[in-house]
Amino acid sequence: MSLLANTTVLLGKEIRTEYRSRELLTTTFVFILIVMFMFSITFQPTSDESRRIGPGLLWLAFLFAASLMLQHCFLREQHNDTLSALRLSVSDPFAILLAKLAANTLFLLLTELFLLPIFALMYNVPVVRVLHWLALAFFLGSLGISIAGTALSAISAQARMRELLLPVLMLPLLTPILIVSTEVTKSLLDRAPHVQWKGIGFLGVFDLIFLTALWLFGEYLLEE
Amino acid sequence: MVKSVLAAAAVFLLLGAAAYASFFIAPTDAKQGLIYRILFLHVASAWTGLTAFFISFVANLLYVWRRQPRWDWLGVSAAEVGLAFTTVVLVTGPIWAHPVWGIWWTWSPRLTSTFVLWLLYVSFLLLRTLIEEPERRALLSALFGIFAFIDVPLVFGSIRWWRDQHPQPVVMGEPGSGLDPLMYKVLFFSWFAMLALMTLLIRQRFRVEAMRGDLETMQGEMEAA
Repeated sequence: MSLLANTTVLLGKEIRTEYRSRELLTTTFVFILIVMFMFSITFQPTSDESRRIGPGLLWLAFLFAASLMLQHCFLREQHNDTLSALRLSVSDPFAILLAKLAANTLFLLLTELFLLPIFALMYNVPVVRVLHWLALAFFLGSLGISIAGTALSAISAQARMRELLLPVLMLPLLTPILIVSTEVTKSLLDRAPHVQWKGIGFLGVFDLIFLTALWLFGEYLLEE
Repeated sequence: MVKSVLAAAAVFLLLGAAAYASFFIAPTDAKQGLIYRILFLHVASAWTGLTAFFISFVANLLYVWRRQPRWDWLGVSAAEVGLAFTTVVLVTGPIWAHPVWGIWWTWSPRLTSTFVLWLLYVSFLLLRTLIEEPERRALLSALFGIFAFIDVPLVFGSIRWWRDQHPQPVVMGEPGSGLDPLMYKVLFFSWFAMLALMTLLIRQRFRVEAMRGDLETMQGEMEAA
């Protein structure tokens, strides 16, 4: 119970910090927008091509954006020297990681929410009919990115060249999420939309496995 | 020193025997002819690379649990040797693919998974170069090694189920695929020879890492004094 209570308080802190500045969300949003525009202007896809490559471009943009966005989640604590204080204030250090990954998932989902209509317009694909399924796919995919990404940003924050290191560690590790989320999104944006249960299940399994790994090894990530 | 030289000589004899068996004992393939003989190098290296990564994974777990430097040394040694074998797989793959499929590279599940595996362990070694403090480097890289190894079956599964462009796996594949029994024997013998080479390399690499560890400890002590 204390884990849940601690996590809720810490999540509140993360959201409050972001709400006060709104730096992270706006910068990430603009970044993904630029990437999507760049893709579109480079390839000028037709409607059919958009259905085929659009989902992949979208997830690539999310992944790149996440690899930049997640830099901050531990760096901020480092700059302000607050990580030890956080560790002292909770009984289970997993609560810190859980709050960070919940906040990261939330921020990622918020940017995706704002970008989806723009993507639909820019790439000329209808999304309204399958919105609830897209929401599920986006949730599971973003959760996977956040779980692995939070763990890796705790690692990269303690190294040199951290800005470059995080994408280098994160992108190959998240290949399964990239492939499967893209396929699930692609089948939803198809001319005959259908839900790929196998893909949804795979994303769930990925999230569960990495969440378990984070639970088992998370406290070592925060050692000082 | 004498022991190392003898061990190396034994490994080279074993590798020579495996090469002889691959070229002269295994029968020629009915469809592919001579080129298929690269299988004994390619597949044996792939299995050996995976074995080395598994050793690295176990060493990483042991380091996180026991915090003894030797597990860190074993972890990095096995990862480096595994990476070398995986590089052999990535080089011999296209050499085999070109005459048989007509292209150097195909995003077939096995090639793609191997490439992602290679990238993961390159990142692992890169991470180690970017953290100064030995204990922190050992712990953080061990944790990344654990995450990377857990990821391997997921990478393999996702690519096999969603990115399959054939060819069907020959070993441990669907019914109807398979090798001649003699080819299997030669393949397992090649693997055995490669495992011997792997053990030799990890052992030597471990020694270098142990010396480096001692040196770092001494430097730390001198700076403190």
